[in-house]
Amino acid sequence: MSMQETAYVRTEMLPEREPPSLNTGPIGWIRANLFPNWFSSLLTLASLFIIYKLLAAFIPWAFGGVWNASSLKECREILQGVDAACWAVIHERFWQLMYGFYPDNLYWRPNLALVMLIVALVPVLFEGAPRKLLAVTIATPFIGPWLLWGGTIWTPVAAALGFVVGYIVYKLIAGALSDLAGLVLGPLAAVLWWILLAGRFSDLMAGILPLGLQPVESRKFGGFMLAVTLGITGIAASFPLGIILALGRQSHLVIVKTLSVGFIEFIRGVPLITLLFVAQVMLAYFLPRGTQFDIILRVMIMITLFSAAYMAEVIRGGLAALPKGQYEAADALGLNYWQAQRLIIMPQALKIAIPGIVSTFIGLFKDTTLVSIIGLADPLGWVKLIQADAAWNGIVWELYGFVAFVFFIVCFSMSRYSMYLERKLETGHK
Amino acid sequence: MTTLTDPPKESFRLSMLLYDSRYRSMTIQIIVLMGFMLGAAWLINNARINLAEAGKPITFGFLWEPSGYDINQRLIDYSSRSTHARAAVVGILNTLLVAVMGCLTATIIGVLIGVLRLSKNWMVSRLAAVYVEGLRNVPVLLWIVLTMAIMAEFMPQPREFRGENPSARMYLFDSVAITNRGVYIPEPKFTNGLGDIPVAMSLRPDQCESYLEGGELADSCGLFQISLDLWLIIAVLLAGIFVAKLNTMRANRIQAATGERPNTLWVNLAVIVLPTLAVLWYLGFYLERPVLKGFNFRGGIHMRNSLIALWLALSLYTGAFIAEIVRAGILAIPKGQSEAAAALGLRQGKIMRLVILPQAWRVIFPPLISQFLNLTKNSSLAIAVGYMDVTGTLGGITLNQTGREMETVLLLMLVYLIISLTVSAVMNAYNKRNALKER
Repeated sequence: MSMQETAYVRTEMLPEREPPSLNTGPIGWIRANLFPNWFSSLLTLASLFIIYKLLAAFIPWAFGGVWNASSLKECREILQGVDAACWAVIHERFWQLMYGFYPDNLYWRPNLALVMLIVALVPVLFEGAPRKLLAVTIATPFIGPWLLWGGTIWTPVAAALGFVVGYIVYKLIAGALSDLAGLVLGPLAAVLWWILLAGRFSDLMAGILPLGLQPVESRKFGGFMLAVTLGITGIAASFPLGIILALGRQSHLVIVKTLSVGFIEFIRGVPLITLLFVAQVMLAYFLPRGTQFDIILRVMIMITLFSAAYMAEVIRGGLAALPKGQYEAADALGLNYWQAQRLIIMPQALKIAIPGIVSTFIGLFKDTTLVSIIGLADPLGWVKLIQADAAWNGIVWELYGFVAFVFFIVCFSMSRYSMYLERKLETGHK
Repeated sequence: MTTLTDPPKESFRLSMLLYDSRYRSMTIQIIVLMGFMLGAAWLINNARINLAEAGKPITFGFLWEPSGYDINQRLIDYSSRSTHARAAVVGILNTLLVAVMGCLTATIIGVLIGVLRLSKNWMVSRLAAVYVEGLRNVPVLLWIVLTMAIMAEFMPQPREFRGENPSARMYLFDSVAITNRGVYIPEPKFTNGLGDIPVAMSLRPDQCESYLEGGELADSCGLFQISLDLWLIIAVLLAGIFVAKLNTMRANRIQAATGERPNTLWVNLAVIVLPTLAVLWYLGFYLERPVLKGFNFRGGIHMRNSLIALWLALSLYTGAFIAEIVRAGILAIPKGQSEAAAALGLRQGKIMRLVILPQAWRVIFPPLISQFLNLTKNSSLAIAVGYMDVTGTLGGITLNQTGREMETVLLLMLVYLIISLTVSAVMNAYNKRNALKER
């Protein structure tokens, strides 16, 4: 029986029909995503109600606000009973929220430091950037603090020379004796330079060629400038320290491992505020008598140690996630420990650890607000100071809202960047 | 037959310490250890000299001196004549109180938001995402002080509850009052309670004389006092749960033998609830409502603003992190698992309960505990709003009054360290017991 004899078989294709209009386009999307069943529809309506309530309260309040007034009382007089924001407080105190008591004719210095930092970060963060920018990256750790604190140019030069000294000693010893001896003696020479000679060197050079900026004391630092300064130094310093601690914890050397584990678990077991107490009241006891030690520097050290412990755990996670074959392959190639770490292990382990590393950074930046508890004038400290002013007594939403908004922008962009980085480095095999 | 001969003995040379991998690790470790010990010795020696010069060598005697300050929010009896040690204990209990409350609410918020974020409803999942991103990208300290400011500035004053037409009103059948001085909630009380018994009476025998002679129990008797009512209720509750567990095991046995599972829900509920209710009735349980008297509320439990602010802010903030953990945990279960369960003929609810959740739980549990620890450590920010946790008492007022920075801060760290290490030890044990048994 052939096909043609059966009467009910079509001989030609039907033309394609439009899909039902209720299942495509915006309507279809709304039906599928917002109103698929009664429960989901209920949730949608509830969400719409919440969003409406929030916006109905927020938009008139925020956009009907007053920008020019010198006190909360004046704001209220202008508003005449309308419930709206008094943005005038931000307008009037903006520079203090940003820079604290930093002298206002010197704002260019932190600004320039920030620009330098951004330029310095470009070659690190984005692959396509010109390599020459790396010179800025190397210079920033020395020039940046100098711009912020001022003083003679020879201090950062002396600090940078320490690295040069260390490197030269390492090269000489590694050539003459052994790599290991170089690794021990090089840093030792650098430390000796910093402790014994750097001060004299910079004094000497400052006497010969007095180049410098007007010094600014630490206690004048404040606002977001302080938060960013603490955050950036903490991030920059805790990352290498975290790698070392993570390697120490993974090490086969019992003593190294015990010390690393002890340090990490101790730091992770106590809240940051207790470490800040240590910075505030105890650190001076542990140093030789008469050592003058800047409070911001002490806080920086503690914040760095704190986040280094968390960083170490994140990186250890990355190291643990790496298949054992990678270590064995590196050994089989005849690489020594540091070569293997640098060429094989770390690039992969750090890639795996990116989300954790970035969220540690975000946590660190958020944690800089804790310094307001020990009396430094970070943004939250400034909110307290402004609220204590009789003119602005009783203001809440505007100030906290502004500070929260800035923190949100910074932290949220960091987390988005980490997602971008994850996608960029994704090689398809895990 | 060949005989094995020892390789020629190499004499030890000094350079082998560096180049021979047998000795090198030793060399490195000894150098590290010496460096560490030198550094530690230097720091400790400095501290010793400095402290001796400042005239305060390390002693913990100050702990037994009267503290001289008051603590308004407390779980155990305390007055300004109590010792600094007792103030520290009050602080520790306050820390634990806010930590436990915070962990409970943060878990509820986190699970709710995490599940909503996984919802197929676009708007709901977006809203949950906004919550998570908004909360966790802003410092927790800001949330705490903001909540505190909202409580203090925008909540009604107690006098606004007064009069014929009050501008503020109480919630939940006139039992909860939210004021700018804090939140008043009903207090559970017993008409014929069993009373308290003091523990470690030998510590202050003079305060316990009247109690030992059958009279009144003084507040200051013993190290602390425990409420018999509470323990009785807890004991009955635990016994009920134990019996319910036995009943469930019996049901499991019957199911294994016959394939029929007897319904256990009602029996279990009855076994747990009825005896507890009976005990409550026997003790004369009632709730004492807060009542406005004069300028303030009297009766009930007064939760201060600082406690409320800390609790709410920590719960909302940690809840955002827990939401992400819950979401990641559920997403981590391969789709094949639910499909296989469906192929076995399980219904939707049972798939979730028997297949997905037990596996997701294993992924969720460790980071969840670490969030709980974070919450506990973040509760030290109490000092910013004046809640008297252990940072506020021991590391705050006691430190300032005695000037013993070294001792108080070290003790403070020790307290947190013990809490953290205990929790993580318990967690590790639990994890080990519940780890996947792989062949």
